[in-house]
Amino acid sequence: MTAAPPSRPVRMTPLARREARWGYLFILPWVIGFAAFTALPMLATLGFTFTNLTLTQDEPLTFVGIDNYRHLFSDPQMWRSLGVTLRFAVLWLPTVILAPFAVALLLNAKSLRGSRFFRVLFFLPYVVPFVAGVFLWQSMLANDGWVNDVLRFLGLAQPPNWLFDRDWIYPALVVIGIWGIGAGIIINLAGLQGIPAELYDAAQIDGAGWWAQLRNVTIPFMTPIIFYSLVLGIVEVMQYFLVPLVLKSGTGEPGGATLFYNLYLYKNFFTFQNMAYGATLAWFLFVIILAATLALFWSARRWVFYAGER
Amino acid sequence: MRSPKALAVTLFTVLLAGVFLSPFLRSAMIALSTREQLGQANAPIWPANPATFEYQGREMVIYEVPFDDGTRDLALLRPGRTSSEFIDPADPETVIPWEGSWRALERSWTVAPTWSNFSDVWVLIDYPRVLFNTIALAVIGTIGTVLSCTLVAYGFARFRFPGRGMLFTLLIATIFLPAAVTLIPTYTVFVKLGWVGTWLPILVPAFFANAYDVFLLRQYLMTIPRDLDEAASIDGAGPFRILWSVILPQAWPAVVTVGIFTFVYTWNDFFGPLIYLSTRPDLQPISVALARFNGLYSSNPALIQAGTLMTLILPVLLFIVFQRFFIRGIALTGSGVER
Repeated sequence: MTAAPPSRPVRMTPLARREARWGYLFILPWVIGFAAFTALPMLATLGFTFTNLTLTQDEPLTFVGIDNYRHLFSDPQMWRSLGVTLRFAVLWLPTVILAPFAVALLLNAKSLRGSRFFRVLFFLPYVVPFVAGVFLWQSMLANDGWVNDVLRFLGLAQPPNWLFDRDWIYPALVVIGIWGIGAGIIINLAGLQGIPAELYDAAQIDGAGWWAQLRNVTIPFMTPIIFYSLVLGIVEVMQYFLVPLVLKSGTGEPGGATLFYNLYLYKNFFTFQNMAYGATLAWFLFVIILAATLALFWSARRWVFYAGER
Repeated sequence: MRSPKALAVTLFTVLLAGVFLSPFLRSAMIALSTREQLGQANAPIWPANPATFEYQGREMVIYEVPFDDGTRDLALLRPGRTSSEFIDPADPETVIPWEGSWRALERSWTVAPTWSNFSDVWVLIDYPRVLFNTIALAVIGTIGTVLSCTLVAYGFARFRFPGRGMLFTLLIATIFLPAAVTLIPTYTVFVKLGWVGTWLPILVPAFFANAYDVFLLRQYLMTIPRDLDEAASIDGAGPFRILWSVILPQAWPAVVTVGIFTFVYTWNDFFGPLIYLSTRPDLQPISVALARFNGLYSSNPALIQAGTLMTLILPVLLFIVFQRFFIRGIALTGSGVER
């Protein structure tokens, strides 16, 4: 991410003061919005976690200390739901890094004709409303859908019942998610096109084959993009729940396999109307995401390569 | 050597793209079929009706009848247990006997798209109302986002002020913030204000800028040289005037990109409208309406798929028309990665 250079607190000339005032004026919409819709609600959420606040408030509102947190860590459903989210993440993250990279490699291949046209085709599902995407894939993955028709044609007598099997639901959700990788493809493609061609020429002279070029030229140059996709991927996958919400009407079927962490959170708030516990789940999620993101930024020094740096 | 490789790579890409886009085709096939066809085990995958033949006031079903020299499509005249009599629709005068059980025969189908599923959905989902809601939300949300994000991006890109770097980092950091951590108090306040059941919780925040679009616009504004702003400034133009008559004429591709992105994003938005408009079906946009529709008609796949196609058609058309802006906009957001 590009950040503006830090401005030092020096004594300002009247002209500079005027410029600063204009600057503050222009960013004011965001400052107000940040305070009203981000900073204050975040603090309020934190405050809620130490109370017994509910939407109906049948009991008198009291300060309960760390009771909500004690409940959180001893809540078996919280751990199960966190497990569901992590299980899906283990499947989803490699896919969401590799699939756009692979398609971008294909679209960037010199021998491909009509690359621009294919770029449009692969991007297209990105603009499909995700609710519509869920219904399209619900039909594709049904027992009499085309996916299983093809598997039966290939000789598989008992193809998986994707959407109703506790184990197969995760690959099914990955397939539904993969449909929206259009943006990832474009970002990967832009990255590939930014790699200096001389490097490939030099590698070829050294006798490097396709695989050696990929390993020693392409992948090092793509690490910033892999890093970026990984950070955003983690932030998104930890909050994942909308597709199962629509697909299974939020029931968590089959057998709790789609009761993702965030779905459990929203159920606590909207269904059970337990704001205090919902807030506790939300802050725990925030801490997990923050920790994962910070760990990733810390690890970046070891493996992310920026072309400008030497 | 180049040509066979090019052919193989291109062919593979065509195949992959075909698989990738096949859900659209399946959806269209189902949306154009009758409910009766979808309920039958051996029906073809394309929209079709069982073929019949009317002769002398009698309607006869057409079957695919195998003979030694090939299969013929014949109308069943007189069914029998071990042998039946057929006639050829092309020559109804001649009766053709056939040995075997007619019940084992496959029916013959003729291509027949059923357009009425779309008109049924139009009425059942109250499409004109839903479309109006969706477009109104998307247009107002887009105006708010473009206005606020342009101002904020201009502020970050062109003015020096204490704390600018820190504030910009804070803005970017909101991308990583899980929505749940702000939702509960926000929702509660909206309930207290009486905004739940109105469009306000969805529209008002749009007027206060968001990280993605400010970032995209700022990246673009940073590439515009300052010479013209400075010249205009010396001529006595104020910051608003410079934004309007110097910056915007150069930055319009980025502004249009943000506009289109926001429009499609708002069009596709589901969770906000779901929680704030669940009690008001008459105010819901299309994504929420489609999910509700699916709950009511899930036993009729033809209607569900017709509704699904009616939901996605506008964003897809918009993308096809403006695809350059979409692809450049994504590449520009991604360009933040490089540094």
